[in-house]
Amino acid sequence: MANRIYSTYPMVKYLRKEALPTALCPGCGGGTVLNAFANAIDQLKLDPRDLVVVSGIGCSAWIASPYFLADTLHTTHGRAIAFATGVKVGLPDKKVVVISGDGDLASIGGNHLLHAARRNIDMTVILVNNFIYGMTGGQVAPTTPFGAKTTTSPYRNIEHPLQISETVAAAGASYVARWTTAHVYQLIESIKKALQVKGFSLVEVISQCPVQYGRRNRMKEPAEMLRWFLKNSVPVSKAKNMSPEELEGKFIIGEIINRQRPEFTEELNKLIDEVQEHFGLKGE
Amino acid sequence: MIIRGDEPDQVRLIRKLYKPGNYFMQGNEAVAYGAIFAGCRFYAGYPITPSSEIAETMARELPKLGGYYLQMEDEIGSIAAMIGASWTGFKVMTATAGPGFSLMQENLGYAVMTETPLVLVDVQRSGPSTGQATKGAQGDFFQARWGTHGDHPIIAVSPTSGQDAFWETIRAFNIAEKLRTPVVVLFDGVLAHTREQIRIPDIEEVEIAYRKLPENEEEAKLPFGDPHGDGVPPMPLFGHGYFTHVTGSTHKETGLRDVYTPEVHDRLVRRIHRKIEKNMDVYEKYEEHFTEDAEILVVSWGVTARPALGAVLKTRREGINVGLFVPKTVHPFPAERMRELAKRARAVLVAEMNLGQMIIEVERYVNDDVLLKGVNKIGGVPLTVEEILREIRGVA
Ligand SMILES: Cc1ncc(C[n+]2csc(CCOP(=O)(O)OP(=O)(O)O)c2C)c(N)n1
Ligand code: SF4
Repeated sequence: MANRIYSTYPMVKYLRKEALPTALCPGCGGGTVLNAFANAIDQLKLDPRDLVVVSGIGCSAWIASPYFLADTLHTTHGRAIAFATGVKVGLPDKKVVVISGDGDLASIGGNHLLHAARRNIDMTVILVNNFIYGMTGGQVAPTTPFGAKTTTSPYRNIEHPLQISETVAAAGASYVARWTTAHVYQLIESIKKALQVKGFSLVEVISQCPVQYGRRNRMKEPAEMLRWFLKNSVPVSKAKNMSPEELEGKFIIGEIINRQRPEFTEELNKLIDEVQEHFGLKGE
Repeated sequence: MIIRGDEPDQVRLIRKLYKPGNYFMQGNEAVAYGAIFAGCRFYAGYPITPSSEIAETMARELPKLGGYYLQMEDEIGSIAAMIGASWTGFKVMTATAGPGFSLMQENLGYAVMTETPLVLVDVQRSGPSTGQATKGAQGDFFQARWGTHGDHPIIAVSPTSGQDAFWETIRAFNIAEKLRTPVVVLFDGVLAHTREQIRIPDIEEVEIAYRKLPENEEEAKLPFGDPHGDGVPPMPLFGHGYFTHVTGSTHKETGLRDVYTPEVHDRLVRRIHRKIEKNMDVYEKYEEHFTEDAEILVVSWGVTARPALGAVLKTRREGINVGLFVPKTVHPFPAERMRELAKRARAVLVAEMNLGQMIIEVERYVNDDVLLKGVNKIGGVPLTVEEILREIRGVA
């Protein structure tokens, strides 16, 4: 298996070979996300030495670390964005990317997600939304659809899922897009855009977890989950004219927001310049 | 690779901004200036009494030095951001108090496991919980030692005055850099808010240490190896093309995760312990007063060490053979010296602003035939000279 990856997969140059094959289940959407990210880096001709990739804890967190060959920081559960904030302030000229799960980034890490968007710090977050806590055995997540079954909502989920992209856009991000693993080319384009945006960017990827989510919700096969994504995806433009009732259970895909706002590390450095100027501290 | 704060221009800036001399300032400000002299150029924090003036001073001063102040959304984010920044080459600090310290524990463990240098100042306040939020205490002795999970070493230093806080903060940075480890400064709300005369030295008087960086590609490829045999791996910083992988999970010398092989975990965690045990000369520090002939030994730390010294001085004049032992690095405890002193003493009194914490550590080094007694006070008001003096007389 690993041998086949080395000989036939062109993106292997971006992966840590010692760490392969991945620990992801066969058919997991995580592989698609890793592939899309590697292709985005490749198409933009970014040098991986100019990247720092940060992740939290969860299956999706492994996409970034250890598998991606760059400086990688595998942090505590939920805290990836806060760690990445320190990295970005220290290395403002590098691209800082966070790849992690919905539980990690939007549940335990929800506060950091909102505030990084508010600050508009220049980093790209790729949030893998598989509607579930995969790694810990399929418990209910803040993204689990209303009525779905999980190990901790065995009868049905009575909580309403968080609309992550819309929330992050409202919090102040520069760029937000949502795709599914059934929209690989669009996903690559959005990751490319996100990487080039100066400011906080979020790409939410709705992704299949056939093992923990699909199995309990009558979609055991990865392909069934992909068909579910395709059938229920609604482009942003179309969704605008739909009522909340019509949108129930649908995935709104496309660019949610794309705008320019002052960016945090630039403002921070500008402030330092001003202060040093004001106190006459500039080097002679 | 460069450690930020080490740039030649920094000496010029410090000289220009902080003229050597005596100033009247709070203990918290002394901590902040100590950090600045030590080379700290990144501070991430979240306000909490009685530590807030440290953040305020850093917010005001750091930009002048080209340094960064970040007010994060909470304490968890604060320590996370500083770990991220430390891997880019910054000397980093945060300051907090009891509840905030509790929130930081998980990532403090992460810093131990990933061998990330950082300084965490805990301005101890009264607890449990929000307790008397604005009052000082010495109740976090064990939180510093055992607050995070797993088998781990920890280093904690504890200043006894505002002036001492300046120097102990610098020492905390030096230990953190030399041993690639987090260091806790156990300060307290009383000294933090006490204004006194504090001398700011010339930068030349200050010993400043920097972390070991890899000497070659090979060393950089083993961010958790031990090429120099001292247990301290050189730290390859992010952004230099080494493709460094850092994880809080059990990892091999290369940084790659391996949580299944018992030997890998054993080797890693034991080395992290050994690095602290073997390098005692880097951090062990204590103060002694009249211990040569002490039959009664007072042991005290932090804020309480001052009234304790007052009490010892007074009782000495009464002809009582009493001495004072003050651990300045409280974790790891100066066990050897404590044992020696306790051997010669008839009674040992441990004075602290809690219901008895350091005394549990002291007890391990004191024989059964020695009278061991705590002198304790809670409620947010420090022990007085008279209160400690009374106890000394009681056992004399
Ligand atoms: C503080 C803390 N709480 C709980 C956990 C256990 N935990 C590990 S991964 C995870 C959920 C991950 O879910 P998600 O981010 O959606 O990733 P997925 O595995 O689904 O890709 C949890 C709860 C932890 N590691 N740390
Ligand atoms: S449990 Fe789900 S998310 Fe985790 S690797 Fe398996 S399929 Fe992917």
